[in-house]
Amino acid sequence: MTIATSAHPSAGQSGGKTQIKPYTMNFGPQHPAAHGVLRLVMELNGEVVERCDPHIGLLHRGTEKLIEYKTYLQAVPYFDRLDYVSPMCMEHAYVLGIENLLQIKAPLRAQYIRVLFSEITRILNHILSITTGALDVGAITPALWGFEEREILMEFYERVCGARLHANYFRPGGVAWDLPAGLTDDIWEFTERFPKFVDDIDNLLTNNRIFKQRTVDIGVVTKEEAFNWGFTGPMLRGSGVAWDLRKSQPYEVYDRMDFDVPVGLTGDCWARYLVRMEEMRQSNRMIRQCLKELPEGPVRAEERKVSPPPRGEMKRSMEALIHHFKLFTEGFHVPAGETYTAIEAPKGEFGVYLVSDGTNKPYRCKIRAPGFAHLQGLDFMSKGHMLADAVANIASMDIVFGEIDR
Amino acid sequence: MSEQALKELGDHIAATLGDDVLKVELKLGELMVTVRRPSLIKSLTFLRDDPTCSFEQLLDVTAVDWPEREERFEVVYILLSYKHNRRLRVKVTTDEDTPVASAVPVYNAAGWFERETWDMFGIFFSDHPDLRRILTDYGFEGHPLRKDFPMTGYVECRYDEDQKRVVYEPVRLTQDFRSFDFLSPWEGMTNVMLPGDEKAQAPDTGSKP
Repeated sequence: MTIATSAHPSAGQSGGKTQIKPYTMNFGPQHPAAHGVLRLVMELNGEVVERCDPHIGLLHRGTEKLIEYKTYLQAVPYFDRLDYVSPMCMEHAYVLGIENLLQIKAPLRAQYIRVLFSEITRILNHILSITTGALDVGAITPALWGFEEREILMEFYERVCGARLHANYFRPGGVAWDLPAGLTDDIWEFTERFPKFVDDIDNLLTNNRIFKQRTVDIGVVTKEEAFNWGFTGPMLRGSGVAWDLRKSQPYEVYDRMDFDVPVGLTGDCWARYLVRMEEMRQSNRMIRQCLKELPEGPVRAEERKVSPPPRGEMKRSMEALIHHFKLFTEGFHVPAGETYTAIEAPKGEFGVYLVSDGTNKPYRCKIRAPGFAHLQGLDFMSKGHMLADAVANIASMDIVFGEIDR
Repeated sequence: MSEQALKELGDHIAATLGDDVLKVELKLGELMVTVRRPSLIKSLTFLRDDPTCSFEQLLDVTAVDWPEREERFEVVYILLSYKHNRRLRVKVTTDEDTPVASAVPVYNAAGWFERETWDMFGIFFSDHPDLRRILTDYGFEGHPLRKDFPMTGYVECRYDEDQKRVVYEPVRLTQDFRSFDFLSPWEGMTNVMLPGDEKAQAPDTGSKP
């Protein structure tokens, strides 16, 4: 870049102009807009990003290696700790993978509960994503309002499984416990006033001049680029691809659900924001439908080799006691085979590639994290944009380091 | 995604790629194609561009380590076709020394996936534009997801108050890492000689006809 200088006589001059080398800047890992522990090494030309090299792995915990040393059941909690703002969706992919290998199915009530909580999780995730994204581009109020709603949703988490964040609620063959009394009424009450919250955020952001200046035409991803770089979820839908695994490859009871898939037109940060906003409304619809249709019945598969017997049965039946003991010491053996099971997580396609060698531990468990592929695209999305736009791009990707670093 | 459609797709791939395909499997309703290592790029390009296959997206690249096999690593490419709503896994085998051609010219997404596979397994991808480690620490040695890499690793780090910096030391465990063998119904722990076990040596039956 050449700029006219008269104020810097000390710099090497050539006819009143100075050559400036690209400036290398280190962004993060402790930057509040880095959404965790992202370290970016950026080459800047003035304030324009020329190259952006994310250094990841600062949160690497070796989850895949640890899972190889745990039984199938013991590995479930690791999935909460991947994408820690949407824990139950991660578990969902894993338990579906195991169920696929075991060739069992969860009872209908459990499937409804899983879908119900997957959608609650999606709202949890999108509130965080949208509001902190807005925070990064200069709006504080949505974050303050959003975290209040998140707190209410996390209370539902707490009531159903005892933990606000790391749920460990889904199990191969169902869910850990049935819903406690009164929870469905409270969730219903929440869904009645939640659209009002989305409208409020909508009023604050969607046509806000500053917000639009920071997001419209920033980080444009075309359809071809989205395919080529492995983008999924809102990143793909924002670029105009009508694709949602809940519609195209429905798992659980999503084929019974009545919902629309929002698609963005422009592929920029604003389109992705709009997609997420609409997904929250659709999730709200699905939660209501689940609550309406929630059938009665068991929440765990009756297969005793996979799910533990009820307490009462253990007091009377020796066989039940043996099953319980074997299940929590040895775990269950999964027939040899391999599967790639994917679900539509809030961030995109979250897949688990599970290889079993017939023992009680996974031989290999590869976790396909959507954020990993998205972050790889940051370089091409930010090239030619200003430094501050790179922050908007990171925010619109919905980066969470738990799943990227694994 | 009916089984029949996948079977036809497998036949189509096997017929078109001919000798490049070693094996086509359809298990649990999922299609897997094993191809020869030298023709990997040709196969992936075909799978992307052929209208019957049309696998537009590479979702993941990973590997599985089978130390007892002659070529211990199985590199797995997970593909998705949006047009036909189908999934496919492409596999090649390799060992520690033989490089696999990088898929970056076919799918940009392969860049980081292959970096991760290199980092975790030490599988070398030839002609990769930027094959650095990605997830492990700066200056890390070894490839953690290999089966011969211990789960605890070799070094641990802590902040040293005297030296005022982070120091790396060999891992010290207060209790040995225990591994239980669940395949045998009787013996929980491996490599433990209980008193009297030495008598359980199988009697030599070789002399009998």
